Formats: sequence, structure tokens, C-alpha cells
Amino acid sequence: MNAATLAGLTGAAIVGLGLYGLITHPQPLRKILAFNLIGSGVFLLFGIIARRGAASGFAADPVPQAMVITGIVVAFAASALAIALVLRLFDETGRVTLRPEAWMKPPGNGADSE
Amino acid sequence: MSVLQALDIGLAALVLALAVWTIFAREVFAAVVGYVAYGLLLSIVWVRLFAVDVALTEAAIGSGVTGVLLIGAAARLREAREAEAAEHPSEPQRFWAMVLCALVTLALAAVVLLLPDPAPTLAPQASQHLAETGLGNPVTAVLIAYRAFDTMLEKVVLVLAIVGVWSLAPDRFWGGAPGEPRAVHPEPTLAFLAQILAPLGILVGIHIFWAGADGPGGAFQGGAILAAMWMIVMMAKLGEAPPVRALWLRLALVAGPAVFLAAGVAGIGVASGFFAYPAGFAKPLILFIEAFMTLTIAVTLPMLVAGPPRRAPRR
Repeated sequence: MNAATLAGLTGAAIVGLGLYGLITHPQPLRKILAFNLIGSGVFLLFGIIARRGAASGFAADPVPQAMVITGIVVAFAASALAIALVLRLFDETGRVTLRPEAWMKPPGNGADSE
Repeated sequence: MSVLQALDIGLAALVLALAVWTIFAREVFAAVVGYVAYGLLLSIVWVRLFAVDVALTEAAIGSGVTGVLLIGAAARLREAREAEAAEHPSEPQRFWAMVLCALVTLALAAVVLLLPDPAPTLAPQASQHLAETGLGNPVTAVLIAYRAFDTMLEKVVLVLAIVGVWSLAPDRFWGGAPGEPRAVHPEPTLAFLAQILAPLGILVGIHIFWAGADGPGGAFQGGAILAAMWMIVMMAKLGEAPPVRALWLRLALVAGPAVFLAAGVAGIGVASGFFAYPAGFAKPLILFIEAFMTLTIAVTLPMLVAGPPRRAPRR
């Protein structure tokens, strides 16, 4: 097995791990972390496709590489926005739960952080 | 088994172990630290895939800047109450989630092992027209010439993210500055580190932007390193984030996409079409666009990490 296939299989495992974290973790920050993990796994799958596309004297196909570079930057921008939303929620209410019932209490009872 | 193969397997095992740690660690903070280490090791995997440009981006943005963002958030959320027991999924739910994720992984692994041979590739086309762009790095050619429209729109995504983050500011802080103010007596160790590292880092960042025309590097990687240097100065409290109503800041945030779009539109008049570059003048134009993109990235990333304004503007 060569380095590219190994990296592709690693990417496949990372996507599965990230998906599991995204589904099972209740905290939003852990979900953002898991989502980033899924993203980097998908990027690794692009990596094996780039490496297998080596031709014309290039060690890897430049098109998937360029897409991964833009992908990393967009993933960062999305994470920054998601984290800003979580922090604002925490500043307003003192809690960061995603459970819908937690927000259905009468107003004035919402900021029950302690 | 050769030494390199053994190293590859060891590297893959380490990356996987850190991914497992990131998902299963008990504490949020421990998970975030695991994720930063994971990103750094992942960039070595990218080197092994002969994608040095991606490795630089992953190390600088995927691991470095994202790491600062996540660590800052984890520190601020430390007082948040741990999730209530009711929020944790039940045992059967977790079991079925695990089955689903295992199936996804198996399907992806099958795809990896069954990829077509010979592999489809755009490398010949990328190589064929490389001379016309005057560039030596095919990845930069894809980013700024062949798929220029995508890259320009991606810069617009950064501007939209900034607008989104800033619009989360409470009304009373609107127009003010995000992050911590400059300290009168900065912490000496951090200040020393920032004073030593920042000047060198700025040189490295500009070099990587410039070298990206012919070798690994470019606007994204160089800009990210410059951004990291500004973040180090802000973290050491030797400097502070500017108020979001500052005109120069807003101009710097849109300079990259604006210059890029203007060059693209100018292509209709002076070259063969939208986002076409005039023959023989492509490389200087590409470097000109990249210079403004580097500036925009260097300013956007720290402002995204700094978050919405947290202090009332000075009158």
C-alpha cells in the first residue's frame, strides 16, 4: 500500500470519527470541532485524488490541491462565525445548550446559569 | 518494508489516534489541544502527498489560526455549565450512530480502494498553459488564473464571515474594538516572544507570498503567516485590534476581492474576456492581485479570531 492510499484510508476513518462526534456530542463547541474533523478527512480524500493524478512532471494534480486550499480557508471562516454565535449565546444567557426544551421556559427564567 | 513506509504507517496511526482523542476526550480544552496537534501532523501527511502548498495552508490556517480561535472559545466557555445529563444521547442512540459512521467510513474506504485506473487528471492541461501565465507553481496558476472566479468568490466568503461576526455585537459596542485592550505592562515572556518572532515572521510571510509564484507558497499561506504575527502581537497585548468602524480596516478587508474583481472585469476590455489576463502581462498582474489578497487575508483572519466588538467606541 502506498502513502496516498494510506492517507485516503486515514481520511475515510477521520470522516467517520468526525460524524460520530457531530451526532453524539451535546456541546456546540465539540460539534464545531467534530465538523472540522470531517472537513479535514474530506480534504485528505481530495489529496489522494490529487496524488493519483500525477502527470506531466507534476507530483500531484494541481486542481484538487487548489480546491483544498480554498476549502481550508472557507472552513475557517465558517468555524469563526459558528464560534461567534456560540459565544454570543453564552454572553446573553450564560448557557450554551442546544436542547430546544431548555429555551421554552417563561422569560426571565432563561438566564439561569447558576 | 522500507523506512519511509514504516514512517507513513506510524504517521497515519498518530493522526488517527489524535482524531480519536479529539472526539472522545472528556474535557473540551483537552480536545481542542488534541485538534491543534492533529492539524500539525496532518500537514506532514500533506507533504507526503507531495502537496506542499496544502501542507503550508493546513499548518498555518487549519491548525494554527483555527487553533487560536478554538482555544480562545474553550477558555471563555470554561464557566459554562457542563451539558446536562438529558442532552447526552442514550446508549442505543450512540450504538446506532456508531454503526452509521462505520458504514460511512467503509463506503469511503471502498471508494479509495476502487478509484479508477488510470486516474483522471487535469495536470496535462494545467501544465500546457503554465507558460502563458508566467508562473512556475501550477497550484498558484489554478488559484489565480484558471479558476480565478472561484478564488475571488472565496475572498467574498471571508468578507461575509466578517459581516456575520460583527453583526453579533451588542448595540452599545457597535463601532468599537474587539478583543483585549493594549496592556500598560504586558506580560514579559509573551512580549519578548512577540518582539523576537513578529519581525522574523513578517519577513517569512512576505517571502512565502513572493516565492509562491514559482514554488510552494502564495497569497493564502503568506497572508496566514502575517495574520499569525499580528495575532501574536495582540495576544502579548503589545497591540490591540482596531475599532471596527476604522475606515482603513474596512478598506483592507475588501481590498483583495475588490482588486481581483476589478482585474477580472478589466479583462473584458483589454483581454479575451471576463477574468482573462492580457498575454505577456499575466504574471505582473497576478502578483499585483496576490499582493492585495495577502493583505486582505492578513487582516481578515485576526479580525475573525478577535470576534465581534466588545468595547464601546471612544467618542
